[in-house]
Amino acid sequence: MTPPSCSARSPSALSGRVDGRRGWIAKVRSESAPYSSSVAVLLLALLALGCEREQRRFQEGPLPNLAGAPLENPYEHNAWALSEGQRLFRWYNCSGCHANGGGGMGPALTDDKWVYGSEPAQIFATIIEGRPNGMPSFRDKITDQEVWQLVTFVRSLSGMVRQDVASSRQDHMQVKPSALSLDQPQPKAVPPPLP
Amino acid sequence: MKRAPQSSSPSSSPSNPRLALFVLFAGCSSGGPQSILDPAGPQAQQIEDLWWLFFTICTLVYVIVIAFLAVPIWRRHQGHSDSADRPLQITVGVATAATILILFVLAGASYSTGRALSELPTGDALIIRVTGRQWWWEITYPSATPSDTFTTANELHIPVGRAVVLELDSADVIHSFWAPNLTGKRDLIPGRPTSLAFRSDRPGTFRAQCAELCGVQHALMAMPVIADPPEAFEAWLSHQRSSAAQPQTDEQRRGQQIFLSRQCASCHRIQGTSAGATNGPDLTHIASRGTLAAGTLPNTREHLADWIRDPQQIKPGNKMPPVPLATEELDALLAYLLTLR
Repeated sequence: MTPPSCSARSPSALSGRVDGRRGWIAKVRSESAPYSSSVAVLLLALLALGCEREQRRFQEGPLPNLAGAPLENPYEHNAWALSEGQRLFRWYNCSGCHANGGGGMGPALTDDKWVYGSEPAQIFATIIEGRPNGMPSFRDKITDQEVWQLVTFVRSLSGMVRQDVASSRQDHMQVKPSALSLDQPQPKAVPPPLP
Repeated sequence: MKRAPQSSSPSSSPSNPRLALFVLFAGCSSGGPQSILDPAGPQAQQIEDLWWLFFTICTLVYVIVIAFLAVPIWRRHQGHSDSADRPLQITVGVATAATILILFVLAGASYSTGRALSELPTGDALIIRVTGRQWWWEITYPSATPSDTFTTANELHIPVGRAVVLELDSADVIHSFWAPNLTGKRDLIPGRPTSLAFRSDRPGTFRAQCAELCGVQHALMAMPVIADPPEAFEAWLSHQRSSAAQPQTDEQRRGQQIFLSRQCASCHRIQGTSAGATNGPDLTHIASRGTLAAGTLPNTREHLADWIRDPQQIKPGNKMPPVPLATEELDALLAYLLTLR
């Protein structure tokens, strides 16, 4: 069944319409050929942006040693490494003192107070070397790769990694920087009293 | 994904068609350590009977359907005239009735098999706790005497002729225990303990495989299930309850020291030493087990060395990191681990 509007249209009108369209396309083609090709290239480039895929590196070459400065976190902004760090946080009983990041016997990791620095290299050193008053040294107890994964996770506890990288779900107490704390002025970090 | 060079699977590259055909029909040979067609106990026998019933009926139906298709083609070819006015209605009616009847028979057989599987008396059953982990099995043999309870991994031993109840749980994601020579599948669901009862009536070494996709190394999550005669099983049990062997030579002592002071002890337990972590498999009697890495490799010195040197090469994505050890340290560690019989 053809709708009445179509059957009413005369063949000549139809052909004229098609001709008109062809003319329009031809006109656009002839006038803006360089322009449209650059648009196509731009669109392709836009498509290629979607090709960035996060790497899961199961095998690592030797990571930079602690002696070689400056240290860079190979896993900054890597969601998989971060979730591995979350698992290791439980495996190596970090919660025993830091209680899922909320703090207990050891300092909280969700606030913006960092006794020994919040930079990845500083957290790495804290885990590897240990710190006075309780933080044990994990040198040779866990691999450097695992330490970096832990560093990435620990930084995510206080919202220092990208939102799309941070773990969206935790098996234990949900530890996320609350929206409230972003709105309200935070108390300035108090430097530790000198001994 | 890179395949392990040590992997012993013959079907990894079916490059020629004959080999592919062979692999296809390899599943048909009755027998083998992982086959429902070689039942070792009453549960598996029930399942095998059901399988043959399904196979027979489905084969018959297939042959009849193909015959109904073939006959008209053949008649046409012979020059018979097209007979559209034949009483097709009767044929279609009979076929429909037969289909409904067959479906009811199969449903009834399936239901009664399910009932029969749950009828195993478990009064004197041996209870074993099996916990699925990515990607290995943790196995605990509980005992009324707490000091007799012990944990092992990736090798299930059961006594012949005695019912066994597996209490199944998972530490991470859903796994599924499937030892086809012994019984059907049962899922291991985190936070929801399930159980599975079965019995083996003959000694043998069977193979259990994880049957629920559980992550990148799901395929390499298997283990031997060894049915021992009762005396042999009791001997195995009492040996597993003992603490690990003490190192005898200087090299073994050095190996133990490396194990306890390096990354190993952060995840593994060796009963009788200070290593008590439970993140990875218990290694108290590692050298007595037949396979490494959950049924991935035969347990030899070379494979153990390869595994410790780079586990990610053999089983990419598994939770054991490559541990940086000097050659001398690795040799000492291996010397110690091989004494843990």
